Parts: sequence; C-alpha cells; structure tokens
Amino acid sequence: MAYYRRNSSADRLARGLGWFSIGLGVAELVAGRRIARWMGMEEQAGLIRAYGAREVATGVGLLALGDARPWMWGRIAGDALDLATLASAHHDGNPRRENVATALGAVAAVTALDVLCTAMLHREEATAWTPHPDYSDRSGLPRPPVAMRGAAKDAPIPADMRTPDILRFEPA
Amino acid sequence: MKALVWHGTADIRYDTVPDPEIEQPRDAIVKVTSCAICGSDLHLYDHFMPGMEKGDIMGHEFMGEVVDVGAEAKSALKVGDRVVVPFTIWCGECDQCRRGNYSVCERSNRNKAMADKLFGHTTAGLFGYTHLTGGYPGGQAEYVRVPFADRTHVKIPDGLTDEQVLFLGDIFPTGWQAAAQCDIQPTDTVAIWGCGPVGQMTIRSAVLLGAKQVIAIDRVPERLSMAKAGGAITINFEEESVVERLNELTGGKGPEKCIDAVGMEAHATATLDSMYDRAKQALALESDRAHVLREMMYVCRPAGTLSIPGVYGGLIDKVPFGMSMNKGLTWRMGQTHVNRWTDDLLRRIQEGQIDPSFVITHTVGLADGPGMYQTFRDKRDGCIKVVLKP
Repeated sequence: MAYYRRNSSADRLARGLGWFSIGLGVAELVAGRRIARWMGMEEQAGLIRAYGAREVATGVGLLALGDARPWMWGRIAGDALDLATLASAHHDGNPRRENVATALGAVAAVTALDVLCTAMLHREEATAWTPHPDYSDRSGLPRPPVAMRGAAKDAPIPADMRTPDILRFEPA
Repeated sequence: MKALVWHGTADIRYDTVPDPEIEQPRDAIVKVTSCAICGSDLHLYDHFMPGMEKGDIMGHEFMGEVVDVGAEAKSALKVGDRVVVPFTIWCGECDQCRRGNYSVCERSNRNKAMADKLFGHTTAGLFGYTHLTGGYPGGQAEYVRVPFADRTHVKIPDGLTDEQVLFLGDIFPTGWQAAAQCDIQPTDTVAIWGCGPVGQMTIRSAVLLGAKQVIAIDRVPERLSMAKAGGAITINFEEESVVERLNELTGGKGPEKCIDAVGMEAHATATLDSMYDRAKQALALESDRAHVLREMMYVCRPAGTLSIPGVYGGLIDKVPFGMSMNKGLTWRMGQTHVNRWTDDLLRRIQEGQIDPSFVITHTVGLADGPGMYQTFRDKRDGCIKVVLKP
C-alpha cells in the first residue's frame, strides 16, 4: 500500500498541477483548432484535442486525493509526447515557427515542474515509510473468535430490526 | 479551557475557548477525562460535511466526571458521577424517543429549522457535528455542556477503565447496531466494507451475534491484521477482486448481509467509479463517493440486507437502484440509537465478553490532537484509533 501525505508541499503542488492539467485539457478540447492554427499545425487539430483529453484524465487522477505519483509519471510521459510533437513542427517551413518555440519553452518549464514534483513525492515516500504494525494479537475477545461465535445470541434485537421470516436464509 | 477547534479544511487547532455553563435546567457540565477522534470527524476535517463554522469545537466521543448539574437533571445525575456521553442527544419525551429512535429525536436539534429544510424533517442534535445537527460544542475539550443530560448519559460503575468504556458513546454501539439490524442468522455470511474503528467493532459484533462467516474488506495491512484477529476472513481489495472472492466464499450466491462501514469517503483511486466520484466532488457536483454502496448492491445475495453505519452527507450519483429493487434488497441505515444498546453492551464489557480497548493504537494529550487528525486521516504510523487525554 502506498503512503502519501496529504497537504504536504509536494501534495499541494501535485493537486495544483492537476487543476492546471484540467484547465489546459479543456482549452485544448474546446479550442484545439485555434491552437493548432496559432502554431501552424492546422492538420493536427485532432491530435491536440486528443492531448486535451489526456490532460483532463491525468488532472482528474491527480485530484482524486490518492497516490499522486503514477499520475505525475503520466504527466511526464505526456510532456515528452508534447515536446516531440512540437519539435516536429519546429522547422524552417513553418511560418509560425516562433510560436512553436514559445510553446516548446512553456512545455519545457512545465516538464521541469512535473519532474521536480515527482521527485519530491518519491522523497516523501522514502522518508515516511515505516513497517506495518502487526495487530494480529488484538482480538478484543477473551477466547479465540471461533469459540466466541454466537456468544451474544441472547442479545435483544428490537422488533423493528428483525428480518421477516420469509427473508431468512435457512439451511436447505 | 482548552479545546480542539475547527478553523477550516484540514485546519484544527488547540485553542483557548470560554468554559461551558449550565444554560438549560436539564443540562450538566462534564469534565472530560478521555475523548477520541472518530472516523466521522474526518468528514468534518476534510470539510465534506456542510454546516461547519470557524470556531466550532470538535468531538462526539467522550466521557468524564459530572461537575455541575442543572435543576431538572438532578434526579438522574449528581456531581461526581462518572459518565460516557452518547453522541446522539435525546430528550426521552418526543414520539421518536419513546419508540427508542433516539438518533432522530424531534426536540434535541436546536437548529431544527435548518435541518427541516435540508432533510425534510429534523434529526437529533449531535455533539460537535455541524450546525445542521444543533451546532453543539463537542467533547474534544476539557469541559463540555451536555444538553438533556438526565437522559443523554451512560453511568459507569467502578472498576472499569476509561479505555474499556469510552467507545460506548459511539463506535461500539454503532458497530453493534450495524450488525444487529442485519438480524444475523447462524447461516449468514456477513461482508463488512472498511476495517476502521467502526468496521472493527462490527466484525466482533457479527462474530458474537453468531454469523457463519464474517468477511472484512480493506486495503491497509495493519487494519486487515486486526480484522483477522477479530475472526474475519480478510480481502485486500488492492490485491484481489472483491466480487470474485466473495462469490468464491459463498458458493456463488453472495453474502446475505452486507455492511458499509466506510461511508462518504470511499478510497478515491482504487476503482474507476471512485475516481469519477472524486472528480465530481472536486467540481462540487456531488458530495459523497458511493463506491461501497454500488459494490454491496452488486454482490449481495438477492433478498439480502444492506446495513449502512457509514456516514453519508448529501448527494450520491450513479447508484444502480434498479439492481437493488430487482434483487429485493432491504436497506437499513441511520445514525446510532446509542442508548438502545448501552445497558446490554456495558454488561458484556463488565462480564469480559469483549474489551473494546483493543482498537486503541494511539493515546496522546489533547494538545497533540491536531497532528493526530492528520496521522489518522492519512492512515500513517499504524493509526486506527486515537484517544486524547485533556
């Protein structure tokens, strides 16, 4: 079982990146064509929308308040995909080459933040790990459970909580 | 006096607040000797329950010594009495109290109009549990005012430690009622989701009430080891399929009785539907994560019973109600009618049939309470149950 410390600085950064992911993803889904045009990648509007869906999915995962690390690795993989896609559009034949360079810079900065956050989360896990305590001697019962089965058969069960006879499962 | 005070999401502080005083003739003031953090306090800590205000004193599991008694409570209590205080405040006179339905007392919620608006009709007042249930200051404090104290108490005889009886105020009767309202038969398989403090009490209750087999579902190894110690067959839902394992253990028929000891904060990343719920929660489109309810409805044997001691706060989504209707499932739920059970359970503790102190993993001073909220919420350091000593 993974341990994670909610509200630590790494955790808050991860959740913040989750909201960023959702915002960016929604923008890519809604304005995919306009973004593609801005970067001179008109033929790849569909791909940008697909990346938007990916961003939304990782954002939701990060906001789910569980272990953020798998989702952060998902973000880093997505960053790599984004960088590769943008690099392929950064050539002399693209009249919007400068816009692509701006986008590359922005993605690189976010990638650095993602890597930093992931490293912080892993460092936190390494320092927080403690062995699981063994509570196998904590029964709370004076004798082994098998010997205590039915010891309170005499307990008064109020009429409003009784199961009607017809719904009782008796042995065949 | 000192108390644990709610200031916002994940922000509980050890503050100085005014001492409580007798306000009504049926009040008493109790000097708290032991109190506990309940799993349902975490719903307030995470701010999933509406109706909290800055400055609210937390806590609804506490016990102590009576230090002042109002004029009309003197027939039942005197200074020096040692009492456990149930979390549900009850008047003992309204239609519901006369039927034993103490958790839906019609008179103890002083914010009745607010509850009427939200729930249709009010439920009982509760200690330290939002203004929807009266906004009564809670028991994670040095002193607490107990309204309707002539009824809202359990007198504790000499010879029992605080740790043995403290949980009579909530988790022990809650676990007991969860099992009792299943009306367990010797042929029943009882499946219990959640091995937190209420789940642990439910497991022991189901064993004592005579279930054929008790199955406990969780993901935290130390909680599963404690569940096993209490007589449960355990399922770690991160390592195996709950549905497949339950079917295997019941000859493909499903458990007759299913108990949700988890409530509104089901683990958020274990399943797709929980992630969907968490996303909707984050966007304020849903208040509760209903994964356990969905799974119980799916696996329960037709004509079986679902028992729900886990706390839900408001709206749930994508609940396959048709499945429940067609299978003819019986739903039983509600806050615990604590005093229905306490005489019987106190006797069982005195006779040594059960010692509820087994569940305590951490005992600290009240000042350390804020940190323990986080430890308990994050399930760190093997934390299952925290007792605070003011």
